[in-house]
Amino acid sequence: MNQNVAIIGIGYTVPKPKTPEVSYKEMTYLAAQMAYKEAKISHKEVESFVSVAEDLHEGTSIFDEYTPDQLGAVQKPMHTVSGDGIQGIIAAALQIMTGAFDLIVVEGHSKASNMVTPTHVLNYALDPVINRPLNINPHYIAGLEMRAYMQDSKTSEEDVANIVAHNLTKAALNKLAPHGTKTSPKKVLSSEPLFEPIRKLHMPQTSDAAYVVVLASEKIAKKKKVKPVWIAGMGFCSDSPTLETRDWVTSISTQIAAEKAYQQAGIKNPAAEIDVFEIDDSFGYKQLQHLEALKVCEKGKAKDIFVNGDKQKLNLRVNPSGGTLGVGWMHEATGLHKVLEVVQQLHGKKGRNQVKKAKVGLAQGWRGLPTTTCAVLILKNQMATSGRNQNRKFGG
Amino acid sequence: MTLERNLPEREGLMPEYYKSNMKPSLPGTPLEEEDFKTHRVFYTTDIPKLQYAWDGGVAMGHYLKGLKQGKLLGTYCKKCKRTVVPPRVFCELCFKNMDKWVELKDTGTVNTYSICYVTWDMKKLTYPQIPAVIEIDGASKGKGILHLLAEVDPKQVKLGMKVKAVWKPKSEREGSILDIKYFKPI
Amino acid sequence: MKLRKVAVVGAGITKFVRRAQETAKELSYHATKMALDSCNMPLEEIDTVVHGTAPDAFDGVHMKGEYLSEASGGWRKPFMRSYVGGGTGVFAPINGWYLVASGMFDTCVVVCEEKMSSCQPHPQGAFLTIFDHTTERPLGPNLLWIFALEMNRYMQVHKIPREQIALVSVKNKRNALDHPSAQLGAELTVEDVMNSEIMAWPVTRLMVSPTSDGAAAVVLASEEVAKKITDNPVWISGVGWNLDTAYWTNRDLYYPEYVEKAARMAYKMAGIKNPKEEINVVEPYDPFAYKELHHLEGLLLADKGQAPRITAEGITARDGKMPSCPSGGLLGVGNPIAAAGMMKICELFWQLRGEAGKRQVKNSPRTGLAQAWGDLMQVGTVVIMQREDK
Repeated sequence: MNQNVAIIGIGYTVPKPKTPEVSYKEMTYLAAQMAYKEAKISHKEVESFVSVAEDLHEGTSIFDEYTPDQLGAVQKPMHTVSGDGIQGIIAAALQIMTGAFDLIVVEGHSKASNMVTPTHVLNYALDPVINRPLNINPHYIAGLEMRAYMQDSKTSEEDVANIVAHNLTKAALNKLAPHGTKTSPKKVLSSEPLFEPIRKLHMPQTSDAAYVVVLASEKIAKKKKVKPVWIAGMGFCSDSPTLETRDWVTSISTQIAAEKAYQQAGIKNPAAEIDVFEIDDSFGYKQLQHLEALKVCEKGKAKDIFVNGDKQKLNLRVNPSGGTLGVGWMHEATGLHKVLEVVQQLHGKKGRNQVKKAKVGLAQGWRGLPTTTCAVLILKNQMATSGRNQNRKFGG
Repeated sequence: MTLERNLPEREGLMPEYYKSNMKPSLPGTPLEEEDFKTHRVFYTTDIPKLQYAWDGGVAMGHYLKGLKQGKLLGTYCKKCKRTVVPPRVFCELCFKNMDKWVELKDTGTVNTYSICYVTWDMKKLTYPQIPAVIEIDGASKGKGILHLLAEVDPKQVKLGMKVKAVWKPKSEREGSILDIKYFKPI
Repeated sequence: MKLRKVAVVGAGITKFVRRAQETAKELSYHATKMALDSCNMPLEEIDTVVHGTAPDAFDGVHMKGEYLSEASGGWRKPFMRSYVGGGTGVFAPINGWYLVASGMFDTCVVVCEEKMSSCQPHPQGAFLTIFDHTTERPLGPNLLWIFALEMNRYMQVHKIPREQIALVSVKNKRNALDHPSAQLGAELTVEDVMNSEIMAWPVTRLMVSPTSDGAAAVVLASEEVAKKITDNPVWISGVGWNLDTAYWTNRDLYYPEYVEKAARMAYKMAGIKNPKEEINVVEPYDPFAYKELHHLEGLLLADKGQAPRITAEGITARDGKMPSCPSGGLLGVGNPIAAAGMMKICELFWQLRGEAGKRQVKNSPRTGLAQAWGDLMQVGTVVIMQREDK
C-alpha cells in the first residue's frame, strides 16, 4: 500500500424503523455535520466525495444527482458506487492511495421505510427471463441457501435459532439497535414459517439512518489532532450473480475479499489477531457462513462457538452490537453501520457491548439478496505494521 | 464455443457476424418491430410495481404547506446572503443551517423556456407544453423553479418575460407544486 | 506527488443499434472479450473489473451492476460499479484508473454497457424518474425539456443562430459513416437538420442522438505490465470529475461550470497549461448538437460563445486543427448512455495509436481529451490520454 489511510471522523443518525420528520437530504446533512465536527474539518477542505446508493432503493433514477448538496459537495469531484458502504469506503481509500487526494468523505443512507413495495423491488433484481416469471417471493433464495449450508455443515435449525436469539438479545443493550429484543431460541423456532427453513424471527427488519465517514491520508490525519482509526486491510469480491451457477454453501466472495485484506494487514490467525468482528448475520445462518469464510474457524465448526462457548470467547467478540438482525437492514448503508460499530469499539465507547481492549476490528458487509457480493475492512487504532498480538488477553 | 442462432434468414439481412467464412464484423444484431410481431424472436414482458412514499422532511414539508396556503416560500442564509427556492434547511455552499424562512412573491421572470410538441413516450401532443425556469421575485437573482407557462402564444414567449402564478382555487389545493396550475404573462 | 502511471492497452466495441437481439449480458460479454483479445490478455490476469451502466430502469433489472458482473469478467473478482448518470462512460475509466493507480491492482478491465430498448413503450420514459419527486415530477417532465431549456439559454445569451448549431449534426453524422459501430451515420445538410421535426423547441429531431443498445470496453494496466503487453500503450495522463448542485433551477445553464472544473482538474494532473494548443484531438459529449459547442467552451478549448464560430471555420473538422468528435460522436454512432462515453475513450485509444482507419485524424495527435456529461446538467467527467513518446 502506498499510503496509510485513516478514518478521522464518523457521523450518523441513530437507526430507527421510520424517520418521517426528516427527508433523506436532511438526515444526511445531520450526519455530515457530526462527522465534520469530529474530524475537525470544514466541508471546503474535502477533495472528493463518494456515496453509495441504488436507484430503486430511493425511487429515483440517476440518484447520484441528489447526493452533493447535503454534504457541502457542490462543484466537487463526487461519484456514486452501486455497492455496499464498505465498498464505498474502499473506493475512497484507493483514491487517497493514488497520492492525488488527502481528504475524502463517504456517505450512505437508508430510507427503507419509504419503499412501499420493497419485495417487488427485490424481485426486480432477479433475472427477468429465467427467474422472475416463477413469481415467487424472492426471499426464497435465502431459504435455499440456508438449507444447503445447514446440510453441508451439519448445522441444525436449533443452532441457527441460537444465533438469532443471541444477537437480538444482545441488541437490546445497544442504543443504536432499534430491533433488539430479549428472546429465546424456542421463540425463534416457533415463529411463523415463511420460506422454510426461514421463519419470521430470522428475517432482518429494515431501519432508516444516514452515515458519513471522513477518510484522510496519514499526513492530514496526523495534522488534525483527532483519534484516527487506521485501515489495515481491505477487500471486496463478487461471486456469480446467477442463481444457477453460484456456490450455495460457502460465501466465496467473503473468502476472497478476506484473503486480500488479511494479506495487507499481515494477519495469519484471524481468531487470535482480531479483537472484534461486526459481520452480516441476516437470517441467522449467514453469521456462521461468514465466520467460516473469514477463516475464523474451520468449515462446519462455526455453530460450536455459539453452542458450547470457546476458549477464545468468540461468542462475545462476534457482533456484540446485535448484528444486522438487531440494528436493521439498511441496504447500502448496512456495511457503514458495521464500520461505525467497529470504530466505536476501537475508541472504547460501547458501554455494555464493549469488547475489552479492542485494538483490531473487522467489518464485513454483504449486499443482500440476491447478490453474492461482500466486502471486508480491517481497522486498527494503532498504526503498527503487524497485526499480530500473541500475548493478548481475551476479554469480553 | 460459437453462438448458434436459429433465426430464419431474412432476405439479404443475415447478420454478418455469424457467417463462418467471412471476417466477422462487430457483434450487435439489429431487430425490427416486425421481428416481435411475427414472433421471430422470443421475449418476456414484466410490468414493475415500484411504489414509494417519500418523507417530505422539514424543508419540503413547509414548502408544500405554503403552496396549499397560496404562497411560495424560500429560505435565507445570512452568511452568503442568498435567498433560495425551492427551499432547503441547510445552505449547500456555506454548509450551515439556513437562518430564516422568507415568503416570496408569486411573480417572476422567465430565465429559459422550451416549446415541447411530444410526450415522454414520443407521441404527438395536441397542444404544445411550455416548460420554463422561472426566477421568483423575492429570491436572489437566478434562483428559480421549474413550472409550465400557459395562456400565452408560444411564439411570444421571451427570456426576461414577466409572469405570474395562476393558482388552483383554495378548496382544490393539496399541498403540491400543482397547486399552481401554471404561470402566465403579466 | 508522483502518481503511478496507468495505460490503456486494449479496446473493444460492439455495434450500436436501436434494438439489439443480444441481451445486456451478451453485449457486455462481447465488448469485454474483444477488449481482452485485442491485447491477448487472458481473464485470469485481470485483477479487477469496473462496470459502468446508467439507470437500472432501462434494462429493467434492479442492481444491474451485480446482474452484469460475470458478463464483464467479474466472476470471483473484485467488482465495482460506479455511476454518474451520462458521465459514466468517461467516469468508469477514471474509476479503473484510481483502482490501478492506488497500487492495489495492476490490471483492470472497464466495461460500459447499455440496453435501453428493453424499456417500453419508449426508453425516454425511464428518464421521467430522474426529476425531483416533490418539486418536478408532478409536472410530468420530459427529458427533452432540460436539453431544450439549456440549449435555449445558451443560444439566447450568446445570440447563436440555430443554423450554426445544426452544423454539428452535419459534421458528426458524416464522420460516423466511417465508424463500424455507427447507428445513424448519414450525409446531411444544414437544411435537413433545420427542417426535421421540432420535438421541443429549439431542438429538432436531427439534433438529437438516438437511444441505443451497445457496449464498449478497455483494458487498463500499470506501467510495468503495460510495457510487457504492448509497445504502444496510451497513457491516462489526467483525470477530472465534478458534480454540481442538484438545484439546477438555481443555476445559469448557459455555461457548464462543472465541466470547466473537471477539465481544470485533469489539465493540472496532466501538466497542460495551454489546452487550445496542447489538445490535438477532442471527443466532447454530444447527445444533442448544441452540447458539443457548450462543452468545447466548458473544456476551455473555445472561448465563451465562440465554439459555433470555430465549428463553422472548420477547425473542429476531421482535417482541421483540433478535430472534434472524429468518431461521429453520439449523434452519429449512437447513444447507449454509458457505452457512448466509453466509445469516445476507445476512439482516442485508436486515434492516438494511428489505428482509426478512415476516421484517422491527420494532425498526428499526441494528446487527446474525452469528456462526458450527465445527471441534471450536473456532472462533467474528463480523461486526458497521451500516446507513448518514441
